[in-house]
Amino acid sequence: MANDILVFGEVRGGVLKKMTKELIGAARLLAGAGGGSVDALVIGAGAGAAAEGVRNFGLRKITVADDEPLHSYSTEGYAKVLADVVTRDKPSYVLLGATAMGRDLGPRVAARIDGVMFSDCVDVRVDGGQCVARRPVYSGKVYVELVRAGERPNVITVRPNNMPPAVATGGSTPVVAHSSGVTREMVRALVAGIIPLEGGRPDVTEADVIVSGGRAMKDKANFKMLEELADLLGGAVGASRAAVDSGFAPHPIQVGQTGKIVNPKLYVACGISGAIQHLAGMRTSKVIVAINKDPNAPIFERATYGIVGDLFEVVPLLTEELKKVL
Amino acid sequence: MKIIALLKRVPDTEAKILINPEGTGIKEDGIKFVINPYDEYAVEEALRLKEKTGGDGKVTVVCMGPEESTELIRTALAMGADDAVHVCDAALAKPDAFVSAAVLAKVAKDEGFDIIFCGKQAIDDDMAQVHSIMAEMLDVPQVNVAVAFEIAADRARATIRRRIEGGDERVETSLPAVISCEKGLNEPRYASLPGIMKAKKKEIRRKTLADLGFPGVPGEARSRITRWFPLPKSGGVKMVQADEPRDAAKELVRLLREEAKVI
Repeated sequence: MANDILVFGEVRGGVLKKMTKELIGAARLLAGAGGGSVDALVIGAGAGAAAEGVRNFGLRKITVADDEPLHSYSTEGYAKVLADVVTRDKPSYVLLGATAMGRDLGPRVAARIDGVMFSDCVDVRVDGGQCVARRPVYSGKVYVELVRAGERPNVITVRPNNMPPAVATGGSTPVVAHSSGVTREMVRALVAGIIPLEGGRPDVTEADVIVSGGRAMKDKANFKMLEELADLLGGAVGASRAAVDSGFAPHPIQVGQTGKIVNPKLYVACGISGAIQHLAGMRTSKVIVAINKDPNAPIFERATYGIVGDLFEVVPLLTEELKKVL
Repeated sequence: MKIIALLKRVPDTEAKILINPEGTGIKEDGIKFVINPYDEYAVEEALRLKEKTGGDGKVTVVCMGPEESTELIRTALAMGADDAVHVCDAALAKPDAFVSAAVLAKVAKDEGFDIIFCGKQAIDDDMAQVHSIMAEMLDVPQVNVAVAFEIAADRARATIRRRIEGGDERVETSLPAVISCEKGLNEPRYASLPGIMKAKKKEIRRKTLADLGFPGVPGEARSRITRWFPLPKSGGVKMVQADEPRDAAKELVRLLREEAKVI
């Protein structure tokens, strides 16, 4: 049984999101067994140029919608384009990144096409011709695997940094321009502007390295130390709920069940005890370093490397030693 | 204004979650259940909007869930909500997202609304989809992950800051609309003693599927969970020990470069 797949390529600031390649990788897995095709849909200002980045990935076609009413994101405008393309091409599965845009758009599209919605998946594979998706529930305290019941089109959002990115295979995929028919009048909720986060560091959900501080940071000013280490590694600064609730750090960088769920290559937990609700947000990080005074802190049970010691002593030394080798 | 706040009963964030012996779900005994934390922001924002717009404004809490949800609905009423609809039906024990959305949409339609506030996701199944599906069924716009909300003077529009990667989007929407709430939007109030006393007299309208006019569960399950499993155990920690902290730091840098190869 062939599964045709549609990949949504998200464009932010005229740039195709890196995770589009992860989605193409996932789509190949789902299509591969039955010889199905993989298409991509790229929407927004600069979509045509952004689509060039994946023309040599063996896709069947890339649909591009970049008319003016789509230059700012709107759930309704983008959902219409996705739903129209799904109705036209009838893919079995539609893959989006589990990003702010994908998580907003996915369920709306699934409802519009009378489909099925799987959110925030960390893995997809084919079994018996069907997609089996794996996703965390209870903030990753446990996991489930699920399949669709029946043949409705299945929208799936996939978390960044989980599926291996596809590699280019050469060739030049045809690009099809799509006139969306979306008008300003049709869109009732429209993005009127973007306010960037202060600091200029990557977002914790997108960073390869995160240096996080807990209650033991004692003060807002002490986060400077973590920023220095994070900047050295090109990473983001995170914080535990205890640190945010104590006013040491702002909520947008909170990692955990009521904050961001992160999955970096390296997570450095400084003075974080490892409360279950924090672990839920970062436990899938590839490598976890824990620095804590208390040798019995639960964070050590999840860590890859641990140092028992005073973070105010260890972190600056770590920064110094890193400077010597980087 | 007619304001609806959606509320769901979920396990506390500190709860230890274990899979039941049958492997069909989680062990519920011994778990403390609370109002979904993101729904608390929804209730609070609903109350603030009512206080700001005054007049004959009304906040109705809508909850779909088991019998035990009643005490949590009372908490929301004690915070200041005016009344509540509790959809409680054995046939809705494990509802599909589309079923939940259809039921909630029907309640919203019956009650009438200018705005629906809800949490950005429930922290049990973490799907973050029921409210967006419901918005589509109601044919109203949605704005997800709100961290700031401001009603326009004409009360027909609102401006919302919605959290995205590395910043916020400023979204302008017409009303009615569905707004899902993120931490940081507000600081939910505690129920006051007079509030708790008053809440006892407030009306909670219990509804079954039949009461809502559904002949049965609206729609079949669109997906099936084939397996529940715990997170694989971690490989164990390697403690970096040295007499001097500097040596420990040096060794850690070496391990990260040579063994883990992450820097």
